[in-house]
Amino acid sequence: MSVAMSEQNEPGIVLTAEQKRRRRARSIAIAVSLGVLVLLVYAVTIVKLGPGVLIRPL
Amino acid sequence: MAGVGDYLALLKPRVMSLVVFTALVGMVVAPVPMHPVLGFFALLCIAIGAGASGALNMWYEAEIDAKMKRTAGRPIPAGRLQPGEALAFGLTLAVGSVAFLGLMVNVLAAGLLAFTIFFYAVVYTMWLKPSTPQNIVIGGAAGAFPPMIGWAAATGGIGLESFLLFLVIFVWTPPHFWALSLYSIEEYRRAGIPMMPVVAGAAETRRQILLYSMLLAPVGALPWLFGYAGLLYGLTAIAGGVLMIAFALKLFQSPAEQTAKQLFAFSILYLFVLFSVLLVEQSIGASGWGLPFGRVFA
Repeated sequence: MSVAMSEQNEPGIVLTAEQKRRRRARSIAIAVSLGVLVLLVYAVTIVKLGPGVLIRPL
Repeated sequence: MAGVGDYLALLKPRVMSLVVFTALVGMVVAPVPMHPVLGFFALLCIAIGAGASGALNMWYEAEIDAKMKRTAGRPIPAGRLQPGEALAFGLTLAVGSVAFLGLMVNVLAAGLLAFTIFFYAVVYTMWLKPSTPQNIVIGGAAGAFPPMIGWAAATGGIGLESFLLFLVIFVWTPPHFWALSLYSIEEYRRAGIPMMPVVAGAAETRRQILLYSMLLAPVGALPWLFGYAGLLYGLTAIAGGVLMIAFALKLFQSPAEQTAKQLFAFSILYLFVLFSVLLVEQSIGASGWGLPFGRVFA
């Protein structure tokens, strides 16, 4: 119990301010890339299917 | 910890820009018009596929890059990125770009993109480059495929027209790259890469640059001779070809580093102008002014 408690209290890897800034920039870049990919796939789907996108079995 | 810029550097943006440009030309000169959204998506996939090749190349060549001044600052040799991160990044982008191109555009274009990535990352980087002075002659095919992929994205096929564009870049690559390697001989020697000037000497390299330039001049004019490009292209190709030979001859006769740099710079201009003229001709509808030989052959 006490060993587990002390492990929980250990700080682990502490990132510097610069590392945190880079990680944040990377996270934003990944989010933007995924967002753009979703929009592009949506746009290409509409272009390829056109009005046919609404024709589907109920 | 690597920043966004380090990952972008893995994609070799300058190489990517030439790939996108030549693929765009292949797409635009194709007889089948492509919807702008689909065209943009296809170009994006081709660009990311090219970037993936660059990342895989940098992953594999990190040790060699560290020995050369020109490449020592790249993210892996500089210690900003782990090799495994570059490998995972490259593989993810390669699989993603090929899969999306296949699903959204067509399977042939995706297959050509996959082959190009494989050819650059495996055949050229891992096999040819460290083993033969003909590395960039054969490996040049990787850089020559993009207009063919663009054409395939638009038409779903491979025509003689797109093969001629492939041929122009294929024959252009040796004099272009050897001019660069002439003023980087020591670096290539130190890195143990058997580039032509290291193995056969600078004089032989200059001779081969001249021979390939003499071959490039007529090959550059083939799209016009076959009737797929207009008069403006024909005249540009002839003038550009003559200038390429003139620069190569000057280098052959007076081996100065400055002359090699001039030839290298001119070779980039030559290819850029040639493909730009194709784009302009297509835009103003002047591409039908070519010679009719191609229609006879086709």
